[in-house]
Amino acid sequence: MKDLRYIDNMATLKLHTDLCVGCGLCTTVCPHGVFSLEGPKARIDDLNGCMECGACARNCPVAAISVNPGVGCAAYIISGWIKGKDKASCGGGCC
Amino acid sequence: MKDNLMAFGESAARDLGAPCCCGPASEGDDREMPGYSVCRFVDSFMETPEGAVPVVKTRLERVDHLGTLAARCNVGRSDYRVAPGLYAVGEPTETAPVLVTANYKMSFDAVRRTLSGMNAWLLVVDTKGINVWCAAGKGSFSAEGVAAMVTKTGLTQVVSHRKLILPQLCANGVTAREVKKRCGFRAEFGPLRASDLPGFIQSGLNADAGMRRITFTLKERLELMPVEVSLTGRHLLWLVPALFLLSGVGPGFFSFSQAVLKGVAAWSALFTGILAGAVITPALLPWLPGRAFAVKGALAGLLCGLPFGLFYWNEVGMGSLFALICWLTAVSSYLAMNFTGATPYTSPTGVEHEMKRAIPAQAVAVIVGLIIWLAAPFTG
Repeated sequence: MKDLRYIDNMATLKLHTDLCVGCGLCTTVCPHGVFSLEGPKARIDDLNGCMECGACARNCPVAAISVNPGVGCAAYIISGWIKGKDKASCGGGCC
Repeated sequence: MKDNLMAFGESAARDLGAPCCCGPASEGDDREMPGYSVCRFVDSFMETPEGAVPVVKTRLERVDHLGTLAARCNVGRSDYRVAPGLYAVGEPTETAPVLVTANYKMSFDAVRRTLSGMNAWLLVVDTKGINVWCAAGKGSFSAEGVAAMVTKTGLTQVVSHRKLILPQLCANGVTAREVKKRCGFRAEFGPLRASDLPGFIQSGLNADAGMRRITFTLKERLELMPVEVSLTGRHLLWLVPALFLLSGVGPGFFSFSQAVLKGVAAWSALFTGILAGAVITPALLPWLPGRAFAVKGALAGLLCGLPFGLFYWNEVGMGSLFALICWLTAVSSYLAMNFTGATPYTSPTGVEHEMKRAIPAQAVAVIVGLIIWLAAPFTG
């Protein structure tokens, strides 16, 4: 995805290296190669590649990753503005 | 038992050794059950300690391709599902790998077609007929659902190992360690694309970096286009009569001939905007300048506005032409912004950031266009 990049400096992703146990699960689940393992710890290689899907934070066994996860979908966000975040949907069976 | 399952007429006709009526009776099938029909993708059934399990075909047939085509065109897409449960591929034994997928038919087809010549179990989770990625993002593909299907199918009786291979793209909804806790099966994330499953299995469940990275190629973008046009275009249909009525407003209150002339121009501006935002923008995505989709869409709108402007140069006045280009650029920008939902790389924070800036700009373009459009007949 080097040819398709989204807006920089947006991602809410944070890695708390002090908590990291270096299991590498974040490097497995991330579809954008945001993480890599450097010695006994993970590190963020490409923060701007993050789409905030939340796969890493969900699967991190020691909660060393925090991110405000969600779906990067305008229709979904508009629906969240109107109906409230809990009831948001893409409407019309978007996906 | 078999006779009981057969339709009465058919069994009676067979006793007489004669076709029931109008030609030969169709060959009875011992899998027939009243009220059920065997799915076309099922090749046979195999016996397991948990009863008969359908063995699926690994070649897609015309009916599958037609179904894919229809779903790609947003026909029946919200109800394109297979029954959740356990399926077999080839002749799996108790040591064969268990692959997990969603019960969206297109996901199911993608998995089975790639497993030709292999032996595996396919555990189809109830994701309400939604694909892996979207279902995980919206909570219907979860550790709870995976564990529930393991329990419901009695998988512990069917296989001797305790390992599931999950699609990588469900990781935003499925917590692997939670699956283990709930049903005792260790969940491992397989490759991102179904087509990499054979390579992943043959290499001893190892995925190289390429198998873990998402792509968004021209082909992948084009496949999404018809759904995009139908979903977003549908919301704009009410503009068709509205534009016609607005076009007729003039010094004599309402002029039908003016409505026809200007209304048709407004319609073609609308369709040019849809073309630019929902077709040109996705196709040219990597090459359009800017990171924000609204910007890419506006540029695509202006790009399409050029030939549009040349075509309508002498048809409507300069002011009206300006108004039309404002509208089509706004429509294109809005639709392009909506395409963020179909891409696999936009972050919600980024989308919200661009929306808060783009929607006011789009609204201004529409209002400025509207004022000029309505004022034009009065200023001559």
